Amino acid sequence: MSNDAPVKKKRKFELDPRLATYKGVWVFIEHERGQVHPVSWELLGEGRKLADMLGVELAGVVLAAPGDDGQRFCHDAFAYGADLCYLMESPTLKDYRNDPFTRGMTELVNTYQPEVLLLGATTQGRDLAGSVATTLLTGLTADCTSLTIDMDNRSLAATRPTFGGSLLCTIVTLNYRPQMATVRPRVMAMPERQEGRGGTIIEHPLAMAEESIITKVLDYIPDDSRDKPQLPFADIIVSGGKGLAKQENFQLVWDLARVLGAEVGASRPVVQAGWAELDRQVGQSGKTVRPKLYIAAGISGAIQHRVGMEGADCIIAINNDPNAPIFDFAHYGIVGDALQILPALTEAFRQKLATTRRAG
Amino acid sequence: MHSVVCIKQVPDSAQIRVHPVTNTIMRQGVPAIINPYDLFALEEALRLKDKHGGRVTVITMGPPQAEAALRKALSYGADEIILVTDKAFAGADTLATSFALASAIRKIHESHPVTLVFTGKQTIDGDTAQVGPGIATRMELQLLTYVSRINELDEAAGRITVERRAEGGVQLLKTALPCLVTMLEGTNEMRRGNLPDQLRAARHELTRWDRVAAGIEDVTKIGLKGSPTVVNKVFTPSPRAEKAEMVTVASGRPADLAIELIARLGQRFPVVEAELARRAA
Repeated sequence: MSNDAPVKKKRKFELDPRLATYKGVWVFIEHERGQVHPVSWELLGEGRKLADMLGVELAGVVLAAPGDDGQRFCHDAFAYGADLCYLMESPTLKDYRNDPFTRGMTELVNTYQPEVLLLGATTQGRDLAGSVATTLLTGLTADCTSLTIDMDNRSLAATRPTFGGSLLCTIVTLNYRPQMATVRPRVMAMPERQEGRGGTIIEHPLAMAEESIITKVLDYIPDDSRDKPQLPFADIIVSGGKGLAKQENFQLVWDLARVLGAEVGASRPVVQAGWAELDRQVGQSGKTVRPKLYIAAGISGAIQHRVGMEGADCIIAINNDPNAPIFDFAHYGIVGDALQILPALTEAFRQKLATTRRAG
Repeated sequence: MHSVVCIKQVPDSAQIRVHPVTNTIMRQGVPAIINPYDLFALEEALRLKDKHGGRVTVITMGPPQAEAALRKALSYGADEIILVTDKAFAGADTLATSFALASAIRKIHESHPVTLVFTGKQTIDGDTAQVGPGIATRMELQLLTYVSRINELDEAAGRITVERRAEGGVQLLKTALPCLVTMLEGTNEMRRGNLPDQLRAARHELTRWDRVAAGIEDVTKIGLKGSPTVVNKVFTPSPRAEKAEMVTVASGRPADLAIELIARLGQRFPVVEAELARRAA
């Protein structure tokens, strides 16, 4: 694994002249059933910064079946900051499959030679990134939490959690291009949409016949989204940890969440103990969230949890241990028993909302 | 029917601590386990063997102590275990790891043709999910990631259909054998090893392959040399510049604390205040 590699001293580095022609930052625009995954827009926001640092153009890469979707996605990409889009259309790209998408992406990379290629760390993005990087024999860094350019040698410095989130490491891909990275949904901020912003579309065909593709999609069964917690896109989350002492007490988290119209989250020990379902786990091995308000009750704030929720605008922490690490990065801290504070908060928020309602 | 399952021995990440002074991982006393996701892959391979007959070979690339993980796999009912170990593999990133494993699996295939290659969806130490796709790409196998169910397997017809977790839904895929499957968590439950298998696991002679035995001639494709990515820096996340603003009230009563918190919240975070107003409406 990447993180097992020994640490090298930083040194002055000359890029192979054959690779110096690779220019530009690319973002894979992931879509499924006519919908672009929001992580693609988040990546365009981040890609914009990298492209500006490098003084190059930012491109979206759209692989789609012929029709209106491809063009529409390109124009959306312009609105989120792309200067140009590579559009590859083929009937073989109707549903995501590894084979045609890998072939299409590697052909685009070999033709137009970008120096950075970013993909979402989703089931689709990870599937594609692993195959494309292997085909191109280049470096790929998974699940990055921050990206920047080392201007000494124009290399992408990709920081990611390692060892289950206990440490962070910064990884570079020196003498290989493109430099590839995946980023999870909600790790990067959503850029503001600029209506009317335009760009260039470069169309490139994919010479691939359906008969030559071995894997076939027989069916696609969409999730019933009403049944599933939508943690990554929740604006308010109330999370509970092992500090709540026992399963029955976890109800207090639900009570506060109900008053706030919030989603319920949980730390890993709570999920492992079976107090909450796996879909509610926030952190390195769970979901990355980015709410406006995150209330953490009885959560100590281990780094595994922190990497999943520190993007929240406002974090309120309740813990009876004044030395709990969560107080090192929360915005508000209350030292006290979550079993007493949670009901008090539920009541205070209920009154606050009722007052606002009357005033409004 | 012959499945090759790739496993990795990993430190139990739940028990890892970082040294407060040196910022290095404290591995001492941390138990080494089979990557939990790989157990779903192994169990799936064992179930296919129960149903269709054949054999299950478990392979790992790692240091000599990874033998323990392989013996554990054998105690669950695997038929053969192979430890791919060589100093030349040290420092491998996912690209170099997939090269070494793909070479070893090709070698296995020469004596016992392989029907399926299994991996877990990712490891709990690296979390990259890159080695499975890497092996499939190197071996030019069809790749089925995040598989939650094998619906049908017809070895004679060389055909498999699976359910794959996609974004926002489940894909039903059909492809040709041999192929590589990475298994999603929670899809099955690892069986308990029986006594004969446990005894066999203790006595079984381990197959150890070095670089040459694994069929690797080109040393520039393995280990540090074969790894495009380089770790530049390892560090612990720094605390935020400001610590939490602690909310206290003279009375110490939870009700007063809650009211005080909400008052301060509204002043400092208009974005939260606006969100609450939206919900009140």
